[in-house]
Amino acid sequence: MKTIYMDHVATNPMHPEVLDAMIPYLREHYGNPLSMYEPGMVAREAIENARTHTADLINAKPREIIFTASGAEANNFAVKGIAYAYQNKGKHIIVSKVEHHSILNPARFLEKSGFNVTYLSVDRHGLVNPADVRKAITDETILISIIHASPEIGTIQPIAEIGAIAREKGIMFHTDAVASAGNIPVDVQSMNVDLLSLTAHQFYGPKGAAALYIKEGTRIVPLIYGGIQEGGRRAGTENVPAIVGMGKAAELAKRDLQKRMEHLKPLRDRLIAGALKIDKSMLTGHPQQRLPGHASFIVEYIEGEAMLMLLAAKGIYSASGSACSSKALKSSPVLLAIGTPVHMAQGSVVFTLGEGTTDEDINYFNETFSQVITRLREISPYAKGWEGMEDQACTAKK
Amino acid sequence: MENNSLKFLDAPIEADATTDIIYMMCPMHLLTIDDKVKEIKTGQVLSILTDYEGAIEDIPEWCDKTGNEFLGVFEDTDHYKFYIKKIRES
Repeated sequence: MKTIYMDHVATNPMHPEVLDAMIPYLREHYGNPLSMYEPGMVAREAIENARTHTADLINAKPREIIFTASGAEANNFAVKGIAYAYQNKGKHIIVSKVEHHSILNPARFLEKSGFNVTYLSVDRHGLVNPADVRKAITDETILISIIHASPEIGTIQPIAEIGAIAREKGIMFHTDAVASAGNIPVDVQSMNVDLLSLTAHQFYGPKGAAALYIKEGTRIVPLIYGGIQEGGRRAGTENVPAIVGMGKAAELAKRDLQKRMEHLKPLRDRLIAGALKIDKSMLTGHPQQRLPGHASFIVEYIEGEAMLMLLAAKGIYSASGSACSSKALKSSPVLLAIGTPVHMAQGSVVFTLGEGTTDEDINYFNETFSQVITRLREISPYAKGWEGMEDQACTAKK
Repeated sequence: MENNSLKFLDAPIEADATTDIIYMMCPMHLLTIDDKVKEIKTGQVLSILTDYEGAIEDIPEWCDKTGNEFLGVFEDTDHYKFYIKKIRES
């Protein structure tokens, strides 16, 4: 059976050149980068080369890149590290309601240790209004963290505008660019950010390598203390092969960014046009200001998981939104934040395309998706309407 | 002979270069000094901002070992400011 991978926001296959670059560091170049002899020097040089390419991708200086093991670690590092570093100045943090759990949960953790967090509302497309950020700022605010692009609804936030406000007020500004870096232009200078998280597997690099950009001169409390790796800011023997892979993936992403975007946009738009022909289906997220390979929908009267299963049986791999929310059988906080009623949030489905997606894949998808929906509606208890479900209370918390 | 004993300053002094390693632990203070002293000229003053308590002992000792002059430390509200004058290439 033909299979089509349409879950590129979950992860990506590695680019063959990335794997080729990593292999020597999994085999002969096994040295510890801290060792003073030749194999150590080889590993050290490889890491610094990867740092340069990673920095280049986001227009940063190499010394502003701290490698971590995941995007979640980079996000935790940013939120906790800045909160602890600047807590003498104030204890107020601003985030949005559409952040990833790796921002929301550290923020909730900090609330338990005496910090105050404002969770900003978004509009129906998931956009944060910069004016709301300005209004939420107090004399106590030390950190603002707003996601760059939503993996669930694809919406791209006005980061540069929010960053300008943060800079004017002298407040640290972090953006979670995990879903965006390597997929759309990301420039730490023009975005006015002090910290930015990115991860390799979102742009055809390996899992296990990610980074936090920390603007030069920014104080931060490490998450992991120990040795002198990453300038003492992130201890632990480096995952050299993965970091090398991240560097190669960043180099390729910078080189091919425009080409990749131009490949994805028409495919995405055809997919969206096809899916919206289905009765009672709607696009979630911003119609234009969205990731180039991202299409997300609510299909009424159908449960997201059922769609995923039938699509998977037809060889199409996709997601129903945030992995954590679907596992927990809980409505996605992002969908609730954009005003989706609880009963409709269950019918969410996300398709994310990649380098390997073809025109034929979209043809097959459009044909299959409509068949799957027809089949599911035949057996849906709500096929004739929601029958009072609209009154169901929202139990999900912020 | 030890000639760089610990001395506290009443006020910060002007430095030619400053490096902020607040929240960094041992041995980052020593590694950073090593690096940063290389970047200044003989006769210039380097200031190191740190909250690492061990630096009180380590930095004057480092100056002894490397033949640089320890000018003193100023105790700020939540960190120390150490001052080192570069006497010779280390």
